[in-house]
Amino acid sequence: MKQGIFTVAENRPLTEKVSSLVLRGDVSAIERPGQFVQLRLDGLFLRRPFSVCDRAEDSFTVVFETVGKGTAKLRDIQPGAKLDVLTGLGNGFDLNACGNAPLLIGGGTGVSPLYWLAKELLRQGKRPTALLGFNTAEDVFYEDAFHALDIETVVTTVDGSYGVKGFVTDAMNREYTGFYTCGPEAMMKAVCEHTDKPGQLSFDKRMGCGFGACMGCTVKTKNGLKRICKDGPVLSSEEVLWET
Amino acid sequence: MGDLNVNLCGIELDNPIIPASGTFGYGYEFAELYDINCLGTFSFKGTTLESRAGNPLPRIAEGNAGMLNAVGLQNPGVDAVISEELPKLAKVFHKPVIANVSGFSVAEYAEVCGRLDAEPQVGWLEVNISCPNVHGGGMSFGTDPKAAAEVTRAVKRVTTKPVIVKLSPNVTDIVSIAKACENAGADAVSLINTVMSMRIDLKTRRPVLANTTGGLSGPAIFPLALRMVWQVYETVKIPILGLGGVSSAEDVIEMMLAGATAVQVGAANLVDPNACRDIIEALPKAMERYGIEKLSDITGGAH
Repeated sequence: MKQGIFTVAENRPLTEKVSSLVLRGDVSAIERPGQFVQLRLDGLFLRRPFSVCDRAEDSFTVVFETVGKGTAKLRDIQPGAKLDVLTGLGNGFDLNACGNAPLLIGGGTGVSPLYWLAKELLRQGKRPTALLGFNTAEDVFYEDAFHALDIETVVTTVDGSYGVKGFVTDAMNREYTGFYTCGPEAMMKAVCEHTDKPGQLSFDKRMGCGFGACMGCTVKTKNGLKRICKDGPVLSSEEVLWET
Repeated sequence: MGDLNVNLCGIELDNPIIPASGTFGYGYEFAELYDINCLGTFSFKGTTLESRAGNPLPRIAEGNAGMLNAVGLQNPGVDAVISEELPKLAKVFHKPVIANVSGFSVAEYAEVCGRLDAEPQVGWLEVNISCPNVHGGGMSFGTDPKAAAEVTRAVKRVTTKPVIVKLSPNVTDIVSIAKACENAGADAVSLINTVMSMRIDLKTRRPVLANTTGGLSGPAIFPLALRMVWQVYETVKIPILGLGGVSSAEDVIEMMLAGATAVQVGAANLVDPNACRDIIEALPKAMERYGIEKLSDITGGAH
């Protein structure tokens, strides 16, 4: 974990509700895909957690959907603005846990952390396939970015207005060695029920500190209590206990 | 440079800055960022006899200038704290620490305090009779002077170490509770714990917190905490640890002028993990600005 001041290098809309924000600064604490950052925003007491979507030499990208006060502030933030950021939070994905040909299954903004993961898996010589699930055609983002990595990329939409009609699970009937997933819990649960292959799931819970001190985001797992911010956000499919 | 030392119940502190229980874990997360030996001391996560999983999620909500929590005393239980957490803590923190204790009966408080009393790392016992987020324990002891005195007496019988009783602001008259604890033998009181609060989600029309209510902390409660420290100082002779929304060196000075011997910092640690280090570094300049040579001289100075 590191605290630092970052400069907004770019803030652009990807869809009507989803934006991509590039922050420049010391990224040395961001070690693995699946880790997250905590952004401090003027006028809001608690920091806001976001998965790292991509990391470069001196910058990182987060992708977020405008859903409330914090994300509305973030959507309107201008290039050049400074943000206080905690970086290098959480465990991140285990790149060796899901075999040589894993599925990367994202739902909505849950697609975000799978992008850097895809790059790192490719660097290790693995052959990931991306399954990106959205509600409707207007919500689709990052299909081109995954295509540009030269990996097979399948898009599903619930209303069938783009790609395969249905849920991500409707596109899972293929050969794969395991899966990495991030998105709504109902989606991740459905994915787990669809397959017995090893999986890594990234969870999003309402957090306090984001670094393990407040116990605000503890969940029960088969391996005991885990703080989503510190012992997660990535849990393995074998240890997850679904609440509903 | 001014003198930051204070004496807390016979133990010298390098400075009066103490991270509050529940906002600092057992210290390791913060030791990744800075040498936590710069702290006066800290109060570790509230400990009960048995392990506790805590409340269902969500446990956290936000308010203007503050946050609500309903963690519900998640902790591994006193035996695991002694066998696992304290040895790990010893590697990163080399000063006496405050052991924070909660319970659901007078006997439990005494049992847990007795076990922690035997640990050489423990300098003080902080008895939490003010947790607003558990049922049938915690705060129910802190809202009645008789029950507060009973817990205090029971704990004093099993320990030779200074006993700090942590008080709830969710009472009509905090002074009567503080007085009852003093009369029962408490060596100090710490105040305030969080203020019982709630939020409602407009979309779902349901309380945000699974526990319905939670404890408010952060700058929003600083003036309330300050007023209570002021009132308790007027009546009680034992030292006061002031807490509630403290987030700057100026807040520390203000809290001490109201009557605090030492000051705990809570929610600030959760949004700015370097908060305590930064406050300690900022104190000498702030003291100079307000003409303070020896920090301990200003306790109660506004009365």
